Amino acid sequence: MTDTRHIRSENNLHIDSSEPVVPVSVIKVKKPLPLSVWGFISIGTLLLLWWGVTYLGFIDPLFLPSPWAVLKKFGQVAVSGYLDATLWQHLWASLQRIGIGLIAALLTAIPLGIAIGRYRVVQGLFDPLIEFYRPIPPLAYLPLIVIWCGIGELSKILLIYLAIFAPIVIATANGVRSVDPAKIRAAQSLGATTHQLTRYVIIPAALPDILTGIRIGLGVGWSTLVAAELIAATRGLGFMVQSAAQFLVTDVVIMGILVIAIVACIMEMGLRYIQRKWVPWHGRYN
Amino acid sequence: MTQLILEHVAARYPESPQPVLQDISFNLGSGEFCVAVGPSGSGKTTLLNLIAGFTMPSGGTIHLDDKPVTGPSAERGVVFQDDVLLPWQNVLENVAFGLKLAGVPRRQRDARAQELLSLVDLAGFEHRHVWQLSGGQKQRVGIARALAAKPRVLLLDEPFGALDAFTREQMQELLLQVWRQTDTPVFLITHDIEEAIFLATELVLLSPNPGRIIERLTLDFSRRYAAGESARALKSDRRFIETREHILARIFAARDAERRGNGASSDRLTRQ
Repeated sequence: MTDTRHIRSENNLHIDSSEPVVPVSVIKVKKPLPLSVWGFISIGTLLLLWWGVTYLGFIDPLFLPSPWAVLKKFGQVAVSGYLDATLWQHLWASLQRIGIGLIAALLTAIPLGIAIGRYRVVQGLFDPLIEFYRPIPPLAYLPLIVIWCGIGELSKILLIYLAIFAPIVIATANGVRSVDPAKIRAAQSLGATTHQLTRYVIIPAALPDILTGIRIGLGVGWSTLVAAELIAATRGLGFMVQSAAQFLVTDVVIMGILVIAIVACIMEMGLRYIQRKWVPWHGRYN
Repeated sequence: MTQLILEHVAARYPESPQPVLQDISFNLGSGEFCVAVGPSGSGKTTLLNLIAGFTMPSGGTIHLDDKPVTGPSAERGVVFQDDVLLPWQNVLENVAFGLKLAGVPRRQRDARAQELLSLVDLAGFEHRHVWQLSGGQKQRVGIARALAAKPRVLLLDEPFGALDAFTREQMQELLLQVWRQTDTPVFLITHDIEEAIFLATELVLLSPNPGRIIERLTLDFSRRYAAGESARALKSDRRFIETREHILARIFAARDAERRGNGASSDRLTRQ
């Protein structure tokens, strides 16, 4: 066995002239298509299918209006409005709610997260509470909020606030806990006080995690918004979609869903941009 | 005159019966360069952490200028094994960080940081990001940062261990130049015996289980380097090589003695 192998390998050393010899420079490395191209292909196919089934009349427009009808509706609602408010007024109402909810969550969740990450006592006190309420779907405690706070703006904002709060607290506390102890020692040996340590070392070091928490929180908050606006709202994207559905105005429903998706997408991209801008060291330096 | 005095310092981990360090006493004064060298497990890093104030001794006392060490302070600048620069600050801000913490106005601290960057040969790197630096450059920023706040003593925890051999030699020479120019007493730990002999004016040889001083040497290679002799000539000097072999022999002798001790009481081995 070993002998034949030996002979074979020796034969291989001589290049057989009958085989085509490929010079290295000719070998082409296939460049993979960028992911965005595949994204355009899948979205384009979906749009084409949508257009196809509506154009050929496979589906009643009552259930699935054509892309063109939805686009027309978009222009119409943007200019003259739907249910006493233009699209922009609905959008603004929603953005206001999530904006206030987010600011309130940032102002409370980040300091609490830092305290949980820094002090065992605070961690002991708050961890069980947060772990208890975090997995509950916001819709499950919505009725309780309505009983306590009524059906006004407060209930909606409170619901969004609670949805955003948990991910930010948890991410902040994790970020603070995982700060490299050597960095803390380095700052201490340079004379940092506890306050300076928090401000100049711990918060910047936890910033990548905090921003990730905000991204997750905003995602959860935005999807909770539609639910929050089911509570007797008169404006808001969630309200618009919900009431349009009750009257089977499917084009407004689809248009509203698309707007909600686009806004979520913009928020996500914006936060990713902030992450790249504010924490350029992330992944490049521990 | 700076005086760092350790008297009968001991350290132990809470769970372990055997001390990590036992009866460590030495002095470090102005113009001196003390190197603690020893194999791993001899408590080098523990010793440095005690002097830095990151941990407290279980016995004995550490005084700097007649004040007991009670915790980390800007009086004792530390350079770490892995550079622990702050990536959200550029090179200049990292060097000026200690001064910022002390409340020194921006213009003054930037001027001082510039000065130190020139001292460690990094003039022109002020606005670089730390992740754009090489390993040696990062360590030089670390040295400049530790020195910026004018510490009474400079502590270095195996600062060149992660660097390649060539960079390491350059860094040793740079450190000696910095030492000579600032006159700050230096305490450095390393497991590299040649590095220890080249740098030290006072060499403390540590042995493990428990970490203790088994020999002290007063050397003059770093002073001769400072006086103008070349590093290569010094490192191939006959006395340098003799010192190295002497230290190696002491370490191996201590290890053999310990092995024999362990062999005699084999139940100690099985318990471990």
